[in-house]
Amino acid sequence: MKWIVLALIVLAVLWVIWAYNLLVSLRNRIQNGWKQIDVQLKRRHDLIPNLVEAVKGYMKYEQDTLQKVIDARSKAVSSSGVKATAEAENLLTQSLGRIFALMENYPELKANENVLRLQEELTTTENQIAFARQYYNDLVMQFNIRQEIFPASLIAQFFNFKPGEFFSVPETEKTAPRVDLSLPR
Amino acid sequence: MAGDLQRREPQDFAERQARNRRVSAGIVLLFIFFFLAVGLSVDYLYLDAFTPSGPPFAIATVVSLILATGITLTSYYQGSELILRSLGAEGLDLQLPEHRELHNVVTEMALASGCPMPKIYVIFDPAPNAFATGRDEQNASVCVTTGLLTLLNREETQGVIAHELAHVRNDDILLMTLVSILLGGIALLSDWAQRSFNVSRSRQGAGGKSALLVIPALLLILFSPLISRLLAMAVSRQREYLADATGVEFTRNPLGLAKALGKIRDAAMPFQLASRGTAHLFFVNPLRRSVDDREGRLADLLSTHPPIARRIMLLYQMAGLPGGLKG
Repeated sequence: MKWIVLALIVLAVLWVIWAYNLLVSLRNRIQNGWKQIDVQLKRRHDLIPNLVEAVKGYMKYEQDTLQKVIDARSKAVSSSGVKATAEAENLLTQSLGRIFALMENYPELKANENVLRLQEELTTTENQIAFARQYYNDLVMQFNIRQEIFPASLIAQFFNFKPGEFFSVPETEKTAPRVDLSLPR
Repeated sequence: MAGDLQRREPQDFAERQARNRRVSAGIVLLFIFFFLAVGLSVDYLYLDAFTPSGPPFAIATVVSLILATGITLTSYYQGSELILRSLGAEGLDLQLPEHRELHNVVTEMALASGCPMPKIYVIFDPAPNAFATGRDEQNASVCVTTGLLTLLNREETQGVIAHELAHVRNDDILLMTLVSILLGGIALLSDWAQRSFNVSRSRQGAGGKSALLVIPALLLILFSPLISRLLAMAVSRQREYLADATGVEFTRNPLGLAKALGKIRDAAMPFQLASRGTAHLFFVNPLRRSVDDREGRLADLLSTHPPIARRIMLLYQMAGLPGGLKG
């Protein structure tokens, strides 16, 4: 009888260690995923002034839109925290999308190699943000589910794990197809 | 049919990886066992080992075991390099816009799949195709032909790359690379057995051995290519459907991959460099034969790739669209 109790205790301790380690590794992966997003966001911040500079000469009648992008960018650069960053970055994505749509009206832009290059770079950055966010959100969901399911929830509560924050996507973007800004071949 | 496929396949990445590793280990064991059997029979039948008058130890057995181990280790550590070199793959030239775009698309899909960035190669060939190879996530390579880059737009390339990274994520690449090299190994072996058969016949003259014992060795020699073929086929068909589905999990865009498959099928160009040993690695079968477009048990047994029309149809179903049957 003593041995059975002892074995049960050992098993329980092993399970606690296992559950705890799983939560910690998920939390680290989430932090890593957030860093991935952050790298891409920074890259986008660096690319935008270049693009604006390159198209300014051509798009004389769109100075308003260009200015809005610049403003949205500086707001996004100065924001901090998952939620505020997500909001500012979503605004930036929208205003950038408007520029790309307007660029369709300027055939000269499509002949400019520098602009094309910047456009490809921004396209991939946009996509990388989207995919990194998708991966990040999947991880956060896993993490949160693990914390809520009994009996792992006891461990999460005891060690004071907090649910992860989603990098939210505006409703309109969820249904929209992914941006494809490349030229048709 | 689609339902069965889904049910038979494990849902979880970890499970798929574990299963693939099990099958890989099984194939290696089978391969070594096969070499052992052939070595033993050559020893017994032609070199008169295990008799007082024969050589002091079983030469052919030892040699074939060493050979088998060597080939297995080589294919594990160097397999992807061997395959890439044999197909004439080259690294990317980031000055070219098309290569830059490919690099970007691979980066995107690596992010979406959570894999580390794989090495990227191109093959200068007009036939549109792609494959992935390597031994694990950290040592993976993705390779596409220049034909694929010119034929497909960004969205479609993304679908194809997602499919290849799905092979990486599911740990299919180790298995497929092993099969590729071991397949070549078995072909080598049957050549060698045939040669030693000829030599011993000319030395001993006819009727030196009991016909009863020659027959199993002959069978082994005759059937070794067939065994290796069947092995490759067992490996591939289900995995292609699964990689399509996993790729869609990454892009969340079934239509990109479906359109890519449609375009590649319409281009219909055989890929000259691919051999029987590497055919199963590819995105679509590089050695097009009529059996590939059919369904059913015989086609399942004889083809390395599922019919493209069926793959497209399944992708359209994932997108919630009824179309694709005609196309």
